[in-house]
Amino acid sequence: MNDPAISIALVGSGGSGVMTAGSLLLEAAGRAGLYGMMSRSSGPQIRGGEAAALLRISTRPVFCLGNRFDFLVAIDWANAERFAAEIPLDTESTIVGDDDIPDEFSASGATFKEVSFKRLAAQSAGLRPNMIALGLIGSAIGLPPGELEAVAKKLLDHKGKATVEASVSALSIGAATLDGLKTIDIKTESVAELWNISGNEAAGLGAVRGGVRFVAAYPITPATEMLEWLAPALEKIGGTLVQAEDELASVNQLIGASFGGTPSLTATSGPGLALMTESIGLAVASETPVVVVNVMRGGPSTGIPTKSEQSDLNIALYGLHGDAPHLVVAPLSVSDCLFSAQWAVHLAETLQTAAIVLSDQSLAQTRAVIPRPVDVFFGARRAVQTEAWEDYERYATVPGGVSPMALPGLTGCQYTADGLEHNTQGTPSSRVEDHARQLDKRRDKLALHDYGDHWAHIDGNGPMAIITWGSSLAPVEEAVETLAPEGIALRVIAPRLLMPVQPERMAAALEGVETALVVEQSHGGQFFHYIRAFYAPECELHSMARPGPLPIRPADVTHAIREQWRGS
Amino acid sequence: MNAIDVTERPGFLAYALAIENEAVERYTTFAEQMDVTNNREAAELFREMARLETLHAKEIEARIGGQTLPEGASCEYAWPDGESPEAPDFSDTHYLMTPYQALTLVLEAEQRAVEFFETIERAGTDEAVRKMAAEFAKEEREHVRRVRQWRERYPPPERDWDDDPDPPNQAE
Amino acid sequence: MERVVTSGAATEVTLKPKDYKSDIKPVWCPGCGDFSVLAAITRALAALKVAPENVAVISGIGCSSRIPAYLDTYGFHGAHGRALPLATGLKISRPDLCVLVAGGDGDGFSIGGNHFLQVCRRNVDITYIVMDNQVYGMTKGQASPTTEPDWDRSKLTPHGTRINAFYPLVVALASGANFIARASSSDPNGAAKVIGEAIGHPGFSFVQVLSPCVTFRPEQRDWKKIVRPAPIEATTDPAAAARRLMTDDNFYLGVLYKGNRAPFEPDSAGQPSTEQELEEEFKV
Ligand SMILES: Cc1ncc(C[n+]2csc(CCOP(=O)(O)OP(=O)(O)O)c2C)c(N)n1
Ligand code: SF4
Repeated sequence: MNDPAISIALVGSGGSGVMTAGSLLLEAAGRAGLYGMMSRSSGPQIRGGEAAALLRISTRPVFCLGNRFDFLVAIDWANAERFAAEIPLDTESTIVGDDDIPDEFSASGATFKEVSFKRLAAQSAGLRPNMIALGLIGSAIGLPPGELEAVAKKLLDHKGKATVEASVSALSIGAATLDGLKTIDIKTESVAELWNISGNEAAGLGAVRGGVRFVAAYPITPATEMLEWLAPALEKIGGTLVQAEDELASVNQLIGASFGGTPSLTATSGPGLALMTESIGLAVASETPVVVVNVMRGGPSTGIPTKSEQSDLNIALYGLHGDAPHLVVAPLSVSDCLFSAQWAVHLAETLQTAAIVLSDQSLAQTRAVIPRPVDVFFGARRAVQTEAWEDYERYATVPGGVSPMALPGLTGCQYTADGLEHNTQGTPSSRVEDHARQLDKRRDKLALHDYGDHWAHIDGNGPMAIITWGSSLAPVEEAVETLAPEGIALRVIAPRLLMPVQPERMAAALEGVETALVVEQSHGGQFFHYIRAFYAPECELHSMARPGPLPIRPADVTHAIREQWRGS
Repeated sequence: MNAIDVTERPGFLAYALAIENEAVERYTTFAEQMDVTNNREAAELFREMARLETLHAKEIEARIGGQTLPEGASCEYAWPDGESPEAPDFSDTHYLMTPYQALTLVLEAEQRAVEFFETIERAGTDEAVRKMAAEFAKEEREHVRRVRQWRERYPPPERDWDDDPDPPNQAE
Repeated sequence: MERVVTSGAATEVTLKPKDYKSDIKPVWCPGCGDFSVLAAITRALAALKVAPENVAVISGIGCSSRIPAYLDTYGFHGAHGRALPLATGLKISRPDLCVLVAGGDGDGFSIGGNHFLQVCRRNVDITYIVMDNQVYGMTKGQASPTTEPDWDRSKLTPHGTRINAFYPLVVALASGANFIARASSSDPNGAAKVIGEAIGHPGFSFVQVLSPCVTFRPEQRDWKKIVRPAPIEATTDPAAAARRLMTDDNFYLGVLYKGNRAPFEPDSAGQPSTEQELEEEFKV
């Protein structure tokens, strides 16, 4: 197997601390110079529920879960079978835990090593099963014990010396229990600088770098952590986060703050986006920049809040009433959440419109150790009227379509921003020519902008292509790598900019493609229909659309490609 | 609140000027209302009133000359019933109002102005102010007489003057 | 009248009320109470000497919500029911501005009802003027939250709404508004004074202005005969205000409650840091 990555699942229930153990393992791996990622899965209980930390650690950056798991470490087995579909095992895998393994796991033929973490912890006061498990698995993959101790100390320092000492001894008890366990040694590599960050945090940082200083939001899974990161961050840099009464309020607070000149953003998920759509239309019509980060989860309705799905594409693209040209930007990885959020703020500000950033649960709530994202800087800012001008017209039709915005406080340029159709001065008007002029203005300013190479991630060449987006790119890229040695060369096209569409650029990207597979995580093939509608590729077009809650795995994609193309 | 003293000359002149200015503004608003609702006759009539009141304001300004008057925001004037007497009530216009009705509003406003000045004439303490008030009251009585004549040119409204066969428009 | 404007008064100007008017002619029906409210707002602003460019008037949708365009201030004519949050966002990020919200009873108490409660609680330093005509004027005269339950003149509720009317002043008090007053369009000067005082009072100020809809509720022309000043001075005691408002017949005018809660201020860190420093926590 050429896969240098190791996949580990930690399961447990009732406050067993598997999430903490998983986070510490990831952090320790990062300190040892490894890359990695962790996603989580849990039951519906608020406290005490069964939980699984799903990790992948590698010498190369990893952005999606693998096809299988090398280790399943169970602190206990309560309800663990509900994760069976998420934790595929095989005869190469190893299961560690009590011997009452659910059939769903034992049927895999994996090697079993009996360890009772709870019994080990009962030996002396202060020992915790999760730290013993951490010691065990950390050693099993060859992490230096010093790194595990360091991360444990950092976490527990505030609880006092006794707790820290108990943890250190738990780690070594775990390490000593390795006896008879198959271990995998991954070589560590030294790299320049690594970050341990989640997609939600990355998007928050991107927002701040883009200049956002006002955030209003209503909590919703899986977007809340972005707000939790932003609240103290904004406070530190002189910005504000307001917890609004609902999404109707939050998006309107943004419009107000932005009208006053402050770059503004909110984060939400499907149900919240649905509530916001009326006023996103207001932002478009009144040409007030706002950014809405929509962290997609399973839908419709309350759906599956803790699981990922790329099924809010349609509402993001088409959910606004009227002809309302706006921006839709989709990050392609955890680290790209930073770039995409920053870029979206830049675009919304310079084009004076609404931008929807389509992140998803799997990007947002995945914690990854990644190379420090490169710094980007966008020079252009919002065009602001700086001096009093007798004939100032807020909605003047100017070349390029972006007319300077007067901010309250500027003498002599008072105007009323309006969601009613208006003339160039902002006065309500239902005249044919005013409607046509303003519709054109709002369309053209987006259409005429040069989005550069940021519009998409494009890789490879040859007559076969995969067109995908967002979090589906990671498994697609791994599949492409897997297939390369088999002589299957694939081109990958993943648009980051979903609206406005870029027909010429897409045509160039598709040049010479004979067959393409459209890969996405939705039930209805929303992205497939979008590609067909706006890009009408002349090639043969196939759809691989899978709904959540299971992630798309690289093997799903390789399978689909072999099916599709091996024969032909 | 620094109330303006109407019983002293500068205060009195400030009031007199405010009366005319408020009337100009009110009639201008009314003329615009009638423009918007396409009631041309009433619009012209109110515009004419605004013009006449502007002239009156000018006359008073001429009388004031270089004198400095007490300053006060418009809402600080203590009018007998809250609002400047010569400005008809905002609620008294109607989009279908006839010239007769429009002039009735004007007439009532002029009558209120007469009363306003007569009150000062009667109750004032400063002789010069009382004299001026008497003079202004006389002038306003003359306005009343002229408006009444003017109104005679128009018939009183029919019984169904406000009939509109179409339903109201709905906008947003 | 208090002359202290808590904000937006960086530069004092001496202007006439009409200087605060734009040259756009209102679309309202002649006789509509909103004309008088427009006049009252311009008079209040002139009295406060606040520069028009430092004022922002925010509204939703409805006849009354058309008001920002008729003023020569900055304005935002937004979405139906959403003026209060829009104004909240503006004021929090631009505390230097004098922010007014104006609109109708449907806009404020029905579709925007929750925002009304929350904005009272939050106590941001803005002034909210509701032109209450107990009807939806803009959409041809349907019942609003403040309509009497037995008003049966709308085709949508031919037997009346038969649901309780909403008492905005009582709700405002219970929700924490810091200044509560009632005015009438039949007395634009009185309304101007109250609005001026509301603007000057720190925190969230709520002014209900009885403003007849002469088209759909012509009987409201008689309101001017019913309204009268409240017999007592404004109280700072919420319990006294509650007793007064609960027995109020909705036609007493004046400032009815003046609280002394400190206005909302966003959190700010003692030690400012740079964007660069925010990255530190991510370093492995
Ligand atoms: C979301 C939405 N729903 C409905 C409407 C239609 N609508 C416009 S104004 C209005 C009611 C206005 O009533 P009110 O706020 O009392 O203002 P008034 O017209 O009486 O001044 C309604 C229902 C709308 N514009 N938007
Ligand atoms: S319909 Fe009623 S509220 Fe609307 S403008 Fe006419 S009178 Fe005013």
